[in-house]
Amino acid sequence: MNIRHAKTVLLGVLAVFLVLSLFASRINGYWLNNLYDIGIGIIMAVSLNLINGYTGQFSLGHAGFMAVGAYTAAVITNQFGELNVFAESGVFAVALFAGGLAAALAGLLVGVPTLRLRGDYLAIVTLGFGEIIRVILQNMDVVGGARGLSVMHGWTNLFWAFGLAAVTVYVIASLVNSTYGRGFIAVHDDEVAAEAMGINTTKYKVTAFVVGAFFAGVAGGLYAHSKQFLTPSGFGFMQSITFVVMVILGGMGNTIGVILAAILLTLLPEGLRLVSGIEHLPGIAAERPLNWIGETRMIIYSLLLIVLMLTRPQGLFRLKKSPLAKH
Amino acid sequence: MTEFLQQIINGLAFGSILALIALGYTMVYGILRFINFAHGDVFMLGAFAGFYLAPKIATLIPLPSILGGLAVLVASMVICAALGVLIERLAYRPLRRSPKLTVLITAIGVSLFLEYTGQFVFGAAPKKFPQILPVYPIAKIGGLSLNSNQVIVLGTTLLLLFVLRFIVLKTKMGMAMRAVSFNPEAAALMGVNTDIVISFTFALGSALAAAAGILWAVNYPAIDPLMGILPGLKAFVAAVLGGIGNLPGAALGGIIIGVIETLVSGYVSSTYRDAIAFAVLILILLIRPSGLLGKKEVEKV
Repeated sequence: MNIRHAKTVLLGVLAVFLVLSLFASRINGYWLNNLYDIGIGIIMAVSLNLINGYTGQFSLGHAGFMAVGAYTAAVITNQFGELNVFAESGVFAVALFAGGLAAALAGLLVGVPTLRLRGDYLAIVTLGFGEIIRVILQNMDVVGGARGLSVMHGWTNLFWAFGLAAVTVYVIASLVNSTYGRGFIAVHDDEVAAEAMGINTTKYKVTAFVVGAFFAGVAGGLYAHSKQFLTPSGFGFMQSITFVVMVILGGMGNTIGVILAAILLTLLPEGLRLVSGIEHLPGIAAERPLNWIGETRMIIYSLLLIVLMLTRPQGLFRLKKSPLAKH
Repeated sequence: MTEFLQQIINGLAFGSILALIALGYTMVYGILRFINFAHGDVFMLGAFAGFYLAPKIATLIPLPSILGGLAVLVASMVICAALGVLIERLAYRPLRRSPKLTVLITAIGVSLFLEYTGQFVFGAAPKKFPQILPVYPIAKIGGLSLNSNQVIVLGTTLLLLFVLRFIVLKTKMGMAMRAVSFNPEAAALMGVNTDIVISFTFALGSALAAAAGILWAVNYPAIDPLMGILPGLKAFVAAVLGGIGNLPGAALGGIIIGVIETLVSGYVSSTYRDAIAFAVLILILLIRPSGLLGKKEVEKV
């Protein structure tokens, strides 16, 4: 992305979605929900890309940060009744920010032990943190425990979902493209060499975790106010894997690719469900001939992951070699 | 006091199953340096192999009986050993020279594939594992109860540990395994066929996971396609706790995790039990990253 025009693009995107959100009532609710999921998916994937892609760490607990943000934001907005449009936006913004901060704090807690860990160990520790967050939420009666938490307000709309996605992309792209941000890529390329060149690798790793977790928390807040019901099991290992797959499909450290992958992967399960619901195909006598796709779509999904790793480990959308593609 | 001892007995039985799974993780890590995420699902397949084999075996040898139970155990171990070799051949071998991350993600893919295929083929609802072993309370010492299943679990685990120790330390293949884990290139130059050694390692680890699956199903007879996830992760934690790549360490780690988890769920809160293993993992990595019995590795540039 060309950084000079990025601010203009950002403002443009914000304006477009502000206007679009005024016409949202004309969009069918099912598709509206899918659109929110896409916005949330983009935020999650792009923020995870900072940790897994640019900095070369391996986090398997991104859904845990999302959970922290979701619950924090939901608890805050649940304190309020019906509000007018301006008060609503203010409260929502504060709640989302608070969710992000809470998640960033969790990211700091994960980041500190990672100072000594690499690769596989880091993966398993972040996975463990994600699970610990889930178990703690399950045991917190204040937020409903395993029964779940109802969120009173459905405040997420197109403006918030895509506006914040644009902000996330902008902030992370600017961060990585700045002089400071070269450090992330240095840590990714060769940690020992980076350290020898005087880069504080620990600081960069923790920064990546905190920033990534912050945006995951914001996405969690959006998720809470779009689904309006939270359960701890909705933020498990599987969710984290989905975001990791988005980053890998898009090509680690390739923001545009990751955005495309987030859109694709959010729509894929829905698409497969729609296809499997088709009643008749021309030339085929059977009723609902593609029904098997619905039943086996998760198997297809996992096979795709394996085949992709065997054939295109650099991701789907990497056309030319980027500075990050070193292997 | 009796309650405490009872918890320890339960913890030992649970921990020795974890130890069997942990051995597979630690062997594969020792040789290929990657976490075989699908290992927990091989454990699940071991239990399901037993579930489908038991009625067939019952036509030859009446079940429940010691001999019949043994037949189910061995048959399931053989099936899973073949499966482990197949997984390695199809998914991991083409990636022998790829970055570690690629292999790790492939392993996650294999794990998901086995889980979802399991849900599709076996059905997602839990199944009741048939009784393959006769149960009788062996001892009641002042309120302590010890049933035959627990004794069989501990006994089988100990036996398999000795067999494994024999294979690794006394056979030619074991020597080759140790050589490959020490330095794959040098071992290959000395005429060790690393591909066969790696296949053998997967066969051995998967057979142990299958044994763990059967023992688990005998003790907790509800099996489902996702049953391997948590025991798999806990067993991995056990392997790290003992020092990954270290066989006695994996066994020790399994026992420790099993006992701690049982004690916590007995005395503190049973709803926190699934978080215990991970808390232990984070602590051990902070305090002693090489594990209890592991050697400290120096990074060479």
